[in-house]
Amino acid sequence: MIDTFKSVIDALSAPTVSFTLLTVFTPLVFPPTDWFDKVNRKLGIWRLWTKPGLWAGMGFLTFFFVVGYFDPNFHITLTKADNFPIVLMVYSMFFFIWLGMSKAYVNDERIEQGLKPTEYNDPDDKVLVWPDLVYIEFIALILFMVFLIVWSILVAAPLEEPANPASTPNPSKAPWYFLGLQEMLVYFDPWLAGIVFPMFIIFGMMAIPYIDMNPKGSGYYSFKERRIGICIFMYGWLILWLFLIVIGTFFRGPNWNFFGPFEYWDPHKVVPLNNVNLSEYFWVKMFNTGLPSNIMLRESIGFVVVFAYMFMFPIFLAKTWFKDLFEKIGPVRYTSLMLFGLSMFSLPIKMYLRWFFNLKYIIAIPEWFFNI
Amino acid sequence: MAKDDKQKSLLETLGESQVWKSIIRSGVPKTRRQRMHAILGSVFLHLHPARLPKHAVKVGYTWCMGGLSFFLFVLLTITGILLMFYYRPTVEYAYTDIIDLTEQVPLGIMRELHRWAAHAMVLVVWLHMLRVFMTGSYKPPREFNWGVGVLLMTLTMFLSFTGYLLPWDQLAIWAVTVGTNMARAHPFIGHEGPGASLLAIGDINLVHMGSDIRFALLGGRFVGEATLLRFYVLHCIAVPFIAMIFMAVHFWRIRKDGGISGPL
Repeated sequence: MIDTFKSVIDALSAPTVSFTLLTVFTPLVFPPTDWFDKVNRKLGIWRLWTKPGLWAGMGFLTFFFVVGYFDPNFHITLTKADNFPIVLMVYSMFFFIWLGMSKAYVNDERIEQGLKPTEYNDPDDKVLVWPDLVYIEFIALILFMVFLIVWSILVAAPLEEPANPASTPNPSKAPWYFLGLQEMLVYFDPWLAGIVFPMFIIFGMMAIPYIDMNPKGSGYYSFKERRIGICIFMYGWLILWLFLIVIGTFFRGPNWNFFGPFEYWDPHKVVPLNNVNLSEYFWVKMFNTGLPSNIMLRESIGFVVVFAYMFMFPIFLAKTWFKDLFEKIGPVRYTSLMLFGLSMFSLPIKMYLRWFFNLKYIIAIPEWFFNI
Repeated sequence: MAKDDKQKSLLETLGESQVWKSIIRSGVPKTRRQRMHAILGSVFLHLHPARLPKHAVKVGYTWCMGGLSFFLFVLLTITGILLMFYYRPTVEYAYTDIIDLTEQVPLGIMRELHRWAAHAMVLVVWLHMLRVFMTGSYKPPREFNWGVGVLLMTLTMFLSFTGYLLPWDQLAIWAVTVGTNMARAHPFIGHEGPGASLLAIGDINLVHMGSDIRFALLGGRFVGEATLLRFYVLHCIAVPFIAMIFMAVHFWRIRKDGGISGPL
């Protein structure tokens, strides 16, 4: 029974499967349109944001970690002192997303009935900060301090052997909060995964309030009024950031190979590296010629693809499906939205190109360190 | 129980003393006026307004995460200062000082407290961001403060990252090696980044392994003595200094942008 559970989880957690499932489920859990909302209602996914949903989710996570604790393989990664924050992250993120969404659903219903959100109160009816807020802050501070002290007494801070530049551990992992970026390195070169995308994440997040022109849902929990924004944010944050951290921490073993949580980290696991560049597909496989020696000619097809995706595609969208959006938010906001949005979605796209076509690079110019 | 007019409680007696009144001018906060004055008259508490709408003091609305982020920053500063008494940022001593800290300091949990609070701070800051997003509190007029918050979150992670190196164990140097290896691929200013070869005079590359952004970050070609000192200074002085400036702006702007968000 437990073994079946373990092998099912191992199979499900393979990035190809788990990532696909999460990508499909994100718009169902956070439905951005009426159609998705209908499916969400029909499948009963909205029940996740009720009390039974909370208990079911917490129960599943606890079952997973308890089984993991007694599993000889998962035990090793799970009980590393520095990995405890990930367990904490999984629980707290689930709980707080649940909290926010359940409050949002309550408010959505109130707004539909023409009522004010639950947070609303009479502007003249205020409370004094002393003592009403100061006491709450004090209690929160004490409780959190107690939690930290208990954590500190129970778990010693990790200290491995002294630094030795001559012996590289396998796998070498960045601190846990950067493991999403390290996981991105599987699909993109460091200049994108380590520099450009982190910059885009920072600037893209800062751009959110300027791009999101929807005035509704300011100052109270709500979902329906802002469902497209919440859906995109949740996909980027929950799947492309937090879930990649979980993959990087628990599912990546020696040589950064994938291992299910209950699998043994075999350092000799052989994974075929048969990835092919787009230019090789184009010149060698389609035209049966060698690669041209001129770099620009060789990679011309890649440049066309990237140019089409980043420049032609937004123009095409602006003239068709996003016409109303383009007219509403104007060219500057639209360009930023497309730049950050298409960059974000280039990650799952590249993942699937890799998994289905073994595509290594769309543009491959290792001579200039310019690989996309 | 009715109180004797002549018998005052200890607190009341203290509250009327010259010493108390010199510190807290309005006496023991009992009346509405005194309670408002307790906030307005305190350099720390007047971060808050004297009065707030009801939803603003509900844990269900704010999750307390912003306040806890600040609390963790203060806690990390205090534990960090204590750790600095024992720790020397040199390749020779760093590791042994950490061992010393664990084995020789009685009841020492300062290092644990510092490390776990640092991890917790990353999580708490993320949850604060989630709360602000879910309540739509980044919307006008608070767009700018959301941006400041994003930078503060980045600084939090960078603070945690620079601190990761200091124990100078295998975990530390390899995590930092993996992290800083990205810098060599920085476009134009990393020696393995696209465009770096364009910055050359004739055959002489201006951006090479000994002059690129990674070299500037590490103070060398690989993680070594100079890196330890650099990360120590960044971790203890430079980044907290920048973070404090941004925090001041962040808190100031909460008030200036109309206080805590709420439905109109």
